Amino acid sequence: MTKNITSQRVTRRGLLQGATALGAAGLILPASYRSAKAAPNQGGTFRIGLGHGNSTDSYDPGLWDNLYAQVFAASRHNQLIEVDADGQLIGEIAESWETDDGRTWVFRMRQGVTFHSGKDVTVDDVIASLNHHRGDDATSAIKQFFDPVTEIRADGQNVVIALDAANADFPYLMSDYHLAIMPGNDGRIDPSSSDGCGPYIVESYEPGVQATLNRNPDYWKPDRAHFDRVEILAILDSAARLNALMTGQVDLIDQIDPATIGMLEARGVANILSIPGNAQYIFPMDSRAAPFSDNNVRLALKYAIDRQQMVDTILGGHGAVANDNPIGPANRFFYAELEAKSFDPDRARFHLREAGMDSVTVDLHVADAAFTGAVDAGALFAETAAQCGININLVREPNDGYWDNVWMQKPFCASYTGGRAVEDHMFTTFYATGAAWNDSFWSHERFDALLVKARSEVNEDMRREMYQEMQRIVSFEGSVIIPMYNNYVMATATNVATPEQISANWNLDGFRCVERWWFA
Amino acid sequence: MGAVLIMVAQRLALGLLTLFVVSVVIFSATELLPGDLASALLGQSATPETLAALRAQLGLNDPAPVRYWNWATGVLQGDFGTSLATRRPIADMLSARLGNTIFLALYAAAIAVPLSLILGVLAALWRNSIFDRVANAGALSAISFPEFFLAYILIFLLAQSGVFPSMVRLSPAMSLGDKLYVTFLPALTLTLVVTAHMMRMTRAAIINLLAQPYIEMARLKGVSPLRIVLRHALPNALAPIINVIAINLAYLITGVVVVEVVFVYPGLGQLMVDSVAKRDIAVVQAIALIFASAYVLLNLTADVLSTLTNPRLMRRK
Repeated sequence: MTKNITSQRVTRRGLLQGATALGAAGLILPASYRSAKAAPNQGGTFRIGLGHGNSTDSYDPGLWDNLYAQVFAASRHNQLIEVDADGQLIGEIAESWETDDGRTWVFRMRQGVTFHSGKDVTVDDVIASLNHHRGDDATSAIKQFFDPVTEIRADGQNVVIALDAANADFPYLMSDYHLAIMPGNDGRIDPSSSDGCGPYIVESYEPGVQATLNRNPDYWKPDRAHFDRVEILAILDSAARLNALMTGQVDLIDQIDPATIGMLEARGVANILSIPGNAQYIFPMDSRAAPFSDNNVRLALKYAIDRQQMVDTILGGHGAVANDNPIGPANRFFYAELEAKSFDPDRARFHLREAGMDSVTVDLHVADAAFTGAVDAGALFAETAAQCGININLVREPNDGYWDNVWMQKPFCASYTGGRAVEDHMFTTFYATGAAWNDSFWSHERFDALLVKARSEVNEDMRREMYQEMQRIVSFEGSVIIPMYNNYVMATATNVATPEQISANWNLDGFRCVERWWFA
Repeated sequence: MGAVLIMVAQRLALGLLTLFVVSVVIFSATELLPGDLASALLGQSATPETLAALRAQLGLNDPAPVRYWNWATGVLQGDFGTSLATRRPIADMLSARLGNTIFLALYAAAIAVPLSLILGVLAALWRNSIFDRVANAGALSAISFPEFFLAYILIFLLAQSGVFPSMVRLSPAMSLGDKLYVTFLPALTLTLVVTAHMMRMTRAAIINLLAQPYIEMARLKGVSPLRIVLRHALPNALAPIINVIAINLAYLITGVVVVEVVFVYPGLGQLMVDSVAKRDIAVVQAIALIFASAYVLLNLTADVLSTLTNPRLMRRK
């Protein structure tokens, strides 16, 4: 068999699937996103105020872990592959890619692209950029992605990547935001350099404060990068961000507190963008620890949570109910028909009795570091669970050190994740037996077998069937409670125009608002 | 004059000893924090392999005394080392922010110190009058509000109407006038926070002296009330006032992280918080040492100045 995937075909197929997935979940975009239909204007200084950014951030692609680093990176770098606004792959530095067997992937490099320094982007640069995340001494957060990679080599104008097993979705992994293409020297990139082949060139950067960038005059994409200049500011305090937008000091802010959305709308000085995506809030349970080792207890907890109430109060309505399913409505194989779990005290008590208990007491460890409103969500959960004979003892943890001392350390806590563009990526990262981030320490034989099988299956219907069975398994036998998908909520000045479709893949139009948006 | 020099030298030596003790405490305290830099750097993405690799790279496996010695000798040569998180020289990271912090502190002090001295003297002069009560009540209300609340009120009144910017954005090319304009709101917030303390100390110290026999003598010979306060009472009240001013100046340098956050001001406080959260121990140590030095230096100055204002203390021997 020969499979030749070009960016054209993927995009057309993706349009249909994207539309189906969005339609199925009833996520029709409000009219306000459709404001801009005219051709984009060129010019202006785009000022972004983000609720992230630390003085400890760096240029090293392996260490990017917050929205500031991600948006700043997307402003100055390109990757091999981009995820477009419909959630489909399009070629960036890789013009196209193909595989014969799912194990050997050939990426053909785009010609005539240059770095900001003027140097041509070559196959060697791409290999050096990928190898930065690979190998024993790599410190990259996505080191594990490269575990199945046995070889990365040049073949003329192509980069050939060999895997130890077939993976039909491998190109999706190559769209990860860490994989910026940077200039290589002797097979290594310089992780303290800002040089890239992206839309904007860094003029100055003070970590945790401000980055200033100017348009790259040689940028190869004809219909992108409309601003002349971009300033990205770290504004950690949410009231300070709102003030900055309202007084016209910035043009875009992220992370609007749900409580203030109504007031901001009433003022009429900003457009609110609320983008439904696959981002989700999670309560993982350690499936090795009693009482969570009994699936009946886990089910009891899953029926003891009022999901709609959480969406209404914690997210202020800017989100959707989730059914303990890590695959979101924007995913290709999202299982929308999966039997919904409503708040059902009788059913919860039934599962408790099945587990041989009348009541159970568990500690839930929370901090707002897990997600905004995690402490309140825990309190809501405790209240509804009490009606089901489940006594949830809320333990408030400090934000500082939460990911070291609580997450994956305490048996029941709060967590979050952005969605992943592809099912395999999500399942492999969080649900495969022994995965580094398998935060419920869950292991399921059938699930693991399906995961490997689906990875190399090329028949679309078969893959759908397998991924849907896996979603059912995680939802009803898994050890995580996923009560809601949170929207990405942002606000712009009224003169900022966006394309009709905004990416649901990641926040701020897949981190790419800088090159996709313009001033009306 | 020799006596003064000896006293200053003694105080300086004591200050250095204090700094040494502080440096040991700072170093041990950062050892007690949960987690280490490698796990903080990788966050949710930490796996045992990446952790081990990063720890080895950063030299976190050396024993604590070795790391203290390396650090202390470096600092004595003016080298704070490189940030563990960003690999940038710490001196570079600190210099701009230290400058910003000192600028804001001096700006606030330049408003607050004269203001509180004048208010304090006038309140003492017209004690128990309407003016005294209004000044007291005003200053006390300002200090009673949390800083961020004061800041938000000022933003509501002065920034949303467009008079002053709600967010401070500094650039090296700015003129002094522009800088004073964009940093006016944070400086005003800090002024409101520190004025009450200094004003009330001035008032209390002066009133305390006004009951003394020599003041009564002055009054009997017909000196005007203002002259009594300025010529006869104030010089003797300077020692406690100078001490209070020193403490407040130290606070303006070290304790303003909340105001920095609200006004997005790039000062040392925010850098310290970021660095603690990221376990960037090298930066935390450097900033803590700077803060400690600020306290020691300002208290030293206050000590020397208040001794100079009181000749009796200098002739004790």
